[in-house]
Amino acid sequence: MDLSSLVKVGEFCWRVEPVDGMRVPAIFHADEALLRDMDDKVLEQLTNVARLPGIVRAAYAMPDAHWGYGFPIGGVGAFDPAAGGVVSVGGVGFDISCGVRLLLTDLTRKDIEGRQRELAEALFTTIPAGLGSTGGIVLAGEDMDAMLAGGAAWAVQQGWGEPGDLERIEERGRAAGARPEFVSEDAKRRQRKEIGTLGSGNHYLEVQHVGEIFDERLATAFGLNRRQVVVSIHCGSRGLGHQIGADFLRAMVVDAPRHGLRFPDRELASTPIDSELGQHYLGAMRAGINCALANRQILTDMTRQVFRRFFPDARLDLLFDVSHNTCKEETHEVDGAMRTVFVHRKGATRAFGPGHPDLPPALRASGQPVLIGGSMGVGSYVLAGMATSEAAAFSSACHGAGRAMSRTQALKQYSGRKIQDDLAARGIIVKCASTRGIAEEAPAAYKDLDRIAEVSERAGLAARVARLKPLICIKG
Amino acid sequence: MTAAPGGFSASPSCSNPAAGAWETFAHGADVGVRGFGSSPAEAFANAGMALTSVVTSPGAVRPIRPRVIRCSAPDLGLLLYDWLNALITAMAVDRLLFGRFEVEIDGQVLVARAFGEPLDVARHEPAVEVKGATFTELEVARDPDGRWRAQCVVDV
Repeated sequence: MDLSSLVKVGEFCWRVEPVDGMRVPAIFHADEALLRDMDDKVLEQLTNVARLPGIVRAAYAMPDAHWGYGFPIGGVGAFDPAAGGVVSVGGVGFDISCGVRLLLTDLTRKDIEGRQRELAEALFTTIPAGLGSTGGIVLAGEDMDAMLAGGAAWAVQQGWGEPGDLERIEERGRAAGARPEFVSEDAKRRQRKEIGTLGSGNHYLEVQHVGEIFDERLATAFGLNRRQVVVSIHCGSRGLGHQIGADFLRAMVVDAPRHGLRFPDRELASTPIDSELGQHYLGAMRAGINCALANRQILTDMTRQVFRRFFPDARLDLLFDVSHNTCKEETHEVDGAMRTVFVHRKGATRAFGPGHPDLPPALRASGQPVLIGGSMGVGSYVLAGMATSEAAAFSSACHGAGRAMSRTQALKQYSGRKIQDDLAARGIIVKCASTRGIAEEAPAAYKDLDRIAEVSERAGLAARVARLKPLICIKG
Repeated sequence: MTAAPGGFSASPSCSNPAAGAWETFAHGADVGVRGFGSSPAEAFANAGMALTSVVTSPGAVRPIRPRVIRCSAPDLGLLLYDWLNALITAMAVDRLLFGRFEVEIDGQVLVARAFGEPLDVARHEPAVEVKGATFTELEVARDPDGRWRAQCVVDV
């Protein structure tokens, strides 16, 4: 990215002053090297977000920002309905509420060794993954609507999981204000057999071990210790969320002239929060969030069942569940006053700092766990929201490594089979229905996650707690 | 179209060189589909082939069953968006893959028959699921050589 229009205002903070119709500044939380690696389109997209009606404070880019749809991926923007603020499909993304959850076991790496291959096989045959897989659960009619209204709370009610899980999920496992009636029949048909499935692309279920601890105090607060085995689940709202995104993006493009809205990029199509279409989208989008939360909850239950076949007394307690494609109604300080705004986080994780009242009591002193997914060879990070992230970016942090290479380029350069063999030699078992899918998700196709996690901490967004290394990866 | 680091590439990354009828192109995190033809309808049909190629090799898909698809939109760009999304929805809902397309466009209305078969994971080895068509690089236009080009990036 060309940095000539950016002003460095801190070691890890760069700013574009409002020009050419920008209502607020565009602020990048990154170091110079990460910025230079970003596509110029990230700058264009973030300054476009800063032009949207009703945006407050600034448009923010996270350290892992990359070129997205309208919004950059790794983009954060908050809009005030009282100031004509808008809601944007591109600011949420097609995979509504895509996110990560982390399960803490009381097993060590030693317990897994010797049974790793068997466990990988059992997980692979149990967890529906990849295109065309179905979960064995068929939802329609009232049951579908109940799931869309109830989220993970509905799933627990149906017997998938434990009531205690809900405390460890954003919004206690259920987005309020979901309106299943605004979700199209196409979206519901797409979801009919997809609940309890991992999906494809960069989605995964990984058995990992805690490889490194950066902050002992926070690790203890989160229940993390060295050599401990954990399970990460990364997936979203499946076909339903995608269809909601496609339906409403089209509707907002067509409806924009009625509201006198013109966009520099059709992908940025938005509609006033207070408009009928805005309210319908918010209701449908929240149903999409609930679908993702229910999905990750059901996958959690399946995972627990598999583990208990091997380790009957094992615990798999939920540390936390984060969503990184959302729009949420939150209260933040804007121009010295507390205001209710709609915070879009597209490829960005909510990162409430210590003391935030919305955190469960057990996590209130430490700050919110921020779960960062990596590629299959690199592993993941656990971070903790910092108090400074509120002023820095409406309490937001990064969400992953971001791609350094396109899928097509990765496919040209790597062989799925060889990646599988190389990782096996390093003690990592990768299971996937498609070797081409493995090649497209090659570890080298992703950016340096270590650097992104470090910069997130130094930028005051989220502090590093632990690094997780993969043992088994079930690829979607 | 210009090349940008980590973004679009001017050169096709996957194509059907014999016919020169369709190709995919690189996008930072996703992939673009592009169809050519002597008419918008033919370009749309070939964009459908490019869409299939994101998931599997179109040659591996047996065009056994026809699926009728109808859409209408105020302009060709939106019509392409609707056409590709209708295919994506049909692929997802009924676990289908398509290997041949017959498309007719009359004004704002598209009527098509997409020929395909149920997904067979072992045989088709699907690489990735397409989530939706997008407005990124969405364009239906006539190139200087007279050929129609229909393209957009799809989210995977």
